[in-house]
Amino acid sequence: MDIEVTDILCIGAGLAGERVAVEAAAAGHQAICLSIVPPRRSHSSAAQGGMQASLGNSVMGEGDNPDVHFEDTVKGSDWGCDQEVARLFAETAPKAVREMAFWGIPWNRVVPGKSTYFKGGEKYEKVEAKEKEGLITARSFGGTAKWRTCYTSDGTGHTLLYTMDNKVVELGVKVHDRMEAVSLIHDGRTCMGVIARCLSTGRLKAYLAKATLIATGGYGRIYRETTNAVINEGGGAIIALDTGVVPIGNPEAIQFHPTGIVPTHILVTEGCRGDGGTLLDVNEHRFMNEYEPEKAELASRDVVSRWMTHHIRKGLGVKSDYGDHLWLDIRHLGEKHIKTKLREVDEICHNFLGIDPLTQLIPVRPAQHYTMAGVRTDKDGAAYGLTGLFCAGEAACWDLHGFNRLGGNSLAETVVAGRIVGKKIAEFVNGHDVQFDTGLIRANLKREQERMDRLAGCKDGQENVYEVRNAMQEELMERVGIFRDHDGLQKAVENLQGIYGRAQKVGLRSNGLGANPELSVALKINGMVRLALCVAYGALMRTESRGCHARLDYEARNDRDWLNRTLATWKEGDDLPTLNYEPASQVEELPPGSRGYGATQVISRDET
Amino acid sequence: MSRRLRFNIFRYNPQDPHSTPHTDVFVLEETDSMTLFIALTQIREEKDPSLQFDFCCRAGICGSCAMVINGRPGLACKTLTRDLPDEITLMPLPVFKLIGDLSVDTGTWFRATNEKIGSWIHTRKTLDPDAREERMDNALAEEIYELERCVECGCCVAACGTANMREDFLGAVTVNRIARFMLDPRDERADKDYFEVIGTDEGIFGCMGLLGCEDVCPKELPLQDQLGIIRRKMGWRAVKNLFGLK
Ligand SMILES: Cc1cc2nc3c(=O)[nH]c(=O)nc-3n(C[C@H](O)[C@H](O)[C@H](O)COP(=O)(O)OP(=O)(O)OC[C@H]3O[C@@H](n4cnc5c(N)ncnc54)[C@H](O)[C@@H]3O)c2cc1C
Ligand code: SF4
Ligand code: SF4
Ligand code: FES
Repeated sequence: MDIEVTDILCIGAGLAGERVAVEAAAAGHQAICLSIVPPRRSHSSAAQGGMQASLGNSVMGEGDNPDVHFEDTVKGSDWGCDQEVARLFAETAPKAVREMAFWGIPWNRVVPGKSTYFKGGEKYEKVEAKEKEGLITARSFGGTAKWRTCYTSDGTGHTLLYTMDNKVVELGVKVHDRMEAVSLIHDGRTCMGVIARCLSTGRLKAYLAKATLIATGGYGRIYRETTNAVINEGGGAIIALDTGVVPIGNPEAIQFHPTGIVPTHILVTEGCRGDGGTLLDVNEHRFMNEYEPEKAELASRDVVSRWMTHHIRKGLGVKSDYGDHLWLDIRHLGEKHIKTKLREVDEICHNFLGIDPLTQLIPVRPAQHYTMAGVRTDKDGAAYGLTGLFCAGEAACWDLHGFNRLGGNSLAETVVAGRIVGKKIAEFVNGHDVQFDTGLIRANLKREQERMDRLAGCKDGQENVYEVRNAMQEELMERVGIFRDHDGLQKAVENLQGIYGRAQKVGLRSNGLGANPELSVALKINGMVRLALCVAYGALMRTESRGCHARLDYEARNDRDWLNRTLATWKEGDDLPTLNYEPASQVEELPPGSRGYGATQVISRDET
Repeated sequence: MSRRLRFNIFRYNPQDPHSTPHTDVFVLEETDSMTLFIALTQIREEKDPSLQFDFCCRAGICGSCAMVINGRPGLACKTLTRDLPDEITLMPLPVFKLIGDLSVDTGTWFRATNEKIGSWIHTRKTLDPDAREERMDNALAEEIYELERCVECGCCVAACGTANMREDFLGAVTVNRIARFMLDPRDERADKDYFEVIGTDEGIFGCMGLLGCEDVCPKELPLQDQLGIIRRKMGWRAVKNLFGLK
């Protein structure tokens, strides 16, 4: 038996996982991070735009403070978030940004004097103050009252992750890359670690820990069209759901980003619109200002994605071989701006579309982007259902984002939650001793080995894993996307149940030896379809519209019946999740009201 | 009429006792805007599900997918097939340890290198997160970012004659990383500290200046400039050391 023991095991070496490990190591604990890929390749590196923190250094952020950030976040969430968490987050974000600066991030800084900027295609002037020179500056992002998004050009995720991993190297935290967790070791009450499969050799290994953290990021790859990396398949959510006791919070809360490029769905950052880019239709006519006179292109993502889809359905999209799309126009921002502040965008346009954004329009359409859904935790990051299990980052439903995450709040969440949860885990480990049950560990290893052998030997059938996965992705894309209704969702649930049956009959076509990639997907396929069913079934049952969850048959936000959070668990042998509900927020600092953008229909709590 | 593309792909699975290094040939119809990511994924899903390769972001951002494409190291995900001839030969990167087929272990190499050169801000200061941050000139921040854009893909190492001959050569990527920290006022290391890690034959003095690295860098980092700057600085430092100067 290959076994390794540590104090704290972080499943995931993206920003959240590494930030927790850094905190734990700084407190003198031993931490190991597991990752599918070398840590610096984690999907955090792909974030371009920036992270929110209310430093208020830029003249456009004057008067900003954690109160305003808190308010924007709660409104953005459409009152779906946990307000205590949102408060904690907004207060901590400025500290986290400064800490990252201290560790080496080359944040863009305030340049004093006059400069121009664009908003909705119009040119404006601003004057930055001399006394703020050299302090961390910010750009505009959707759904915010102030310019609050701190950035390094458009490689913010990259610099954050490299700096964080530098810290990991400095502190000697071990990262076992190409090591994929395939199940949690637990006895129904306590989590003791994981069984992982080495993606170099294909062999299984048990990791035992006093505390285990899930920081596996988002799982956009359950959808066909997503901005997410190909490794974002939901490993963490799957192994949590597998326990039967740990719930996924708000599985139906899935964000679509307005600007995925067509056809590959690679993201071009919200910074494009934040910096003054506009959306145009087939007639090269701007339309967002008509639907949202106030915020126009910079309303929150859910709202912009919906109007775009609506506009395409009105027949005003641009026809293409890959379906209808709209245009993103950044031509007017000029060469200097595009080549420095939107450089990755420039590269993406050239490399993947073969176009020059200085002179040409960028074809875009909303694509799946973010999972507000995740392993439900309390405000310390402790997962519901099992002691010794924690979760942070995009994998978690902490729940900062409710039904819609604001751009820039996710990178901020990873480092803020990492800091807070890391401290709590360190405290937990201090006062916690576990007895590792060797019988249980042996049985877990045996079960996983048998699972691999059955797949390789086609013991349960010969379904092609890629076909099953594609069918699932298609189903979510077509019926559990931006606009939803009862009939579509009902059908999606039924179809997914059929797909779930097929998933259980998957058998490999290759020999499964070593780091076999077919086996990697096959080990996850059941779990992925279960996750997909949680999303579809959660969406079917939620008969209201809130944030990203837009029901055509229930258009109002219903605070009377639905100011709550879905909790989905999966009982062994079932073919549907069990849904429970809890109040969205125990503490209510900001009572439900109008977001100031988007549709305004609300059924208030006291309506009868 | 779309082209028929012929892929010659290096195959070897060290975990399979029956596997020996060889080439497999796959034929695909080219589609519009086809990249090597799209092509290889299609080969895996439709023709041979055991084929190993590494993609992650598929957007040219994360550095996972470097391989040797018709003799030249590059990122597969951002290589459009329309820029290649009908016959495409794919090999794993040299220098790095082979995991299987087109997949190599860059993670271990970069971690070891980053440990060796102390790839982090060395400072004696402590942080007060409630105090205002230290100021920095925006132009300097942008200069640092320029060098920080490296994605550790390993292309420059694979293309480097010295790295292919001597295992311990740190490569242009590492010199660039050192240059990044030398620019950064937050890092309190002095030239002589940098000299210890890079002023050796494993480091800057092993470089033969043949430019292989800069040509292949997918991020178009100014590697030659950085090699030049560091070589001059370190050469000067070597002279000073000779005379016992600080
Ligand atoms: C294209 C794009 C652009 C974005 N831009 C922004 C932005 O500008 N601002 C912003 O705030 N947010 C942005 N986001 C969102 C933000 O980047 C992510 O939400 C955040 O980085 C997630 O960090 P994480 O640490 O939770 O997960 P990740 O960085 O995704 O890391 C997950 C880690 O878990 C590992 N892992 C996964 N499964 C397993 C397993 N089973 N076993 C072992 N390891 C596993 C992976 O290898 C990886 O190390 C963007 C997202 C995308 C997709
Ligand atoms: S210039 Fe130096 S580092 Fe670059 S390829 Fe040549 S020998 Fe290697
Ligand atoms: S310097 Fe360029 S080629 Fe070398 S690892 Fe970095 S990005 Fe890749
Ligand atoms: S897959 Fe990320 S750079 Fe190619």
